[in-house]
Amino acid sequence: MSMQPIITISNLSKTYASGFQALKRVSLDIRRGEIFALLGPNGAGKTTLISTVCGIVKPTEGSVLVAGHDIVADYRAARSMIGLVPQELTTDAFESVWATVSFSRGLFGKSKNAAHIEEVLKALSLWDKKDNKLMTLSGGMKRRVLIAKALSHEPTILFLDEPTAGVDVELRRDMWQLVRSLQERGVTIILTTHYIDEAEEMADRIGVISKGEIILVDDKAELMRKLGKKQLALQLETPLERIPPELVAYNLDLASDGSELIYTYDAQGERSGILALLQDLNGAGIRFKDLQTTQSSLEDIFVSLVSKKK
Amino acid sequence: MNIHAVRAIYRFEMARTWRTLMQSIISPVISTSLYFVVFGAAIGSRIPESQGISYGAFIVPGLIMLSLLTQSISNASFGIYFPKFTGTIYELLSAPVSYLEIVVSYVGAAATKSIILGLIILATAGLFVPLQVAHPWWMILFLVLTSVTFSLFGFIIGIWADGFEKLQVIPLLVITPLTFLGGSFYSIDILPPFWRTLALFNPVVYLISGFRWSFYGMADVSVGVSLAMTLGFLALFMAIVAWIFKTGYRLKA
Repeated sequence: MSMQPIITISNLSKTYASGFQALKRVSLDIRRGEIFALLGPNGAGKTTLISTVCGIVKPTEGSVLVAGHDIVADYRAARSMIGLVPQELTTDAFESVWATVSFSRGLFGKSKNAAHIEEVLKALSLWDKKDNKLMTLSGGMKRRVLIAKALSHEPTILFLDEPTAGVDVELRRDMWQLVRSLQERGVTIILTTHYIDEAEEMADRIGVISKGEIILVDDKAELMRKLGKKQLALQLETPLERIPPELVAYNLDLASDGSELIYTYDAQGERSGILALLQDLNGAGIRFKDLQTTQSSLEDIFVSLVSKKK
Repeated sequence: MNIHAVRAIYRFEMARTWRTLMQSIISPVISTSLYFVVFGAAIGSRIPESQGISYGAFIVPGLIMLSLLTQSISNASFGIYFPKFTGTIYELLSAPVSYLEIVVSYVGAAATKSIILGLIILATAGLFVPLQVAHPWWMILFLVLTSVTFSLFGFIIGIWADGFEKLQVIPLLVITPLTFLGGSFYSIDILPPFWRTLALFNPVVYLISGFRWSFYGMADVSVGVSLAMTLGFLALFMAIVAWIFKTGYRLKA
């Protein structure tokens, strides 16, 4: 993978007419050929960032280069490289699948290529629906059509804005597979999501955006190690006053007036230590009536990241 | 020039025309025919000929102009408003197309439709009254210029509108009254002097007058003035469109 960035975002700010500042001096490099996941809660600025790079939103300040082409001065070259799959399911109700996908190809300046459209539709399981009107399709099918439109003009960069929001398991799996096969063909993919498992499954690198600022960019493996803490809570039959000495090595916490034992461990680690803990509890004669595991939610992670930054 | 994009948008818009054939072609033809039946045949037969032109024939250019103006505006405004309404405009804004290409393709398609419509109405009129076109090239020139100019106006309305009501308001409350009062059904020469002077402030008078001159060689104002007014409107609307795209008004946040 080349380290030369395919997208260079420098000090990009966006303040909407309402005065709301959606992006605050964002600088970010996207590497050629990578899958980059942009994580962030609703309203963090993910869609604004994507929309600005794609030309839908005018930047207030800063610049974006796409393969060296400025998105304002040299918008034609920049935009023709980019395919965008928007978050909202916006389609022309009365058009057929074939017509709308072919339209997109023309719009992006490519001459007709029925074979390519056919290939895209088949890859997205849309081939047998090619003559259907868009309004007759289900939500999941419409999502596939939007992807087909974005792929119709053979982009080298693909933006997927919340691609799996509200889609079923099958489509989600198909989508992940498609993204991987596109990456194999050299397409750079930027996706936004608020599902951490999706980022975990797909991405090479992850950026976290919150309140219009990129607060963290890291390789996935590194980030997962940092964020992947899990907790095991055990509801005890008899409350404990203190942690027995033979269990000190586990760094346990007592909660709920001693009726709950909490064990924090690394979900990414090779050994969680849960089995050993349970055996040692048994050995110490501590009985529990229930147990549950929790993983810090993305929101917790954001909160901790944002507070750490300040 | 992204010629593929211009072609794609133009085809898309024309496909919409054929899909809505009933609404876009047939209904204006029917309503125009009704005007001929009522004004041309029923009432017109009691109105004396002026300068050898029967009343039914006299109203043909005005009726075509009425359809051209309202249809150009409604076609073009709907064409650009609907993607804004459904959200599919994202694709247009993110595509490697220039503003000029967007305007040429949307306005071109709307104007094409209006020109086809105008010719169909003309042919329909030929079934009711004897037609003569004294200056065919001028007739075509006015037909094309008016269609393009008011499609451009419609495009502006479509961008300005943030609801279906606003789409209707200008054709209904401005264009239709101005056309009816602009000499579609009478020569403004028959008006009392005060009203005649007032009528000269109605821009549609110049459009209809020039168009009627191309048919019968008679006009309320000189044909040069009509042409200048039409070109003036064209320039005005082009300037507004240029401003819209320069600022991203109602298109880009």
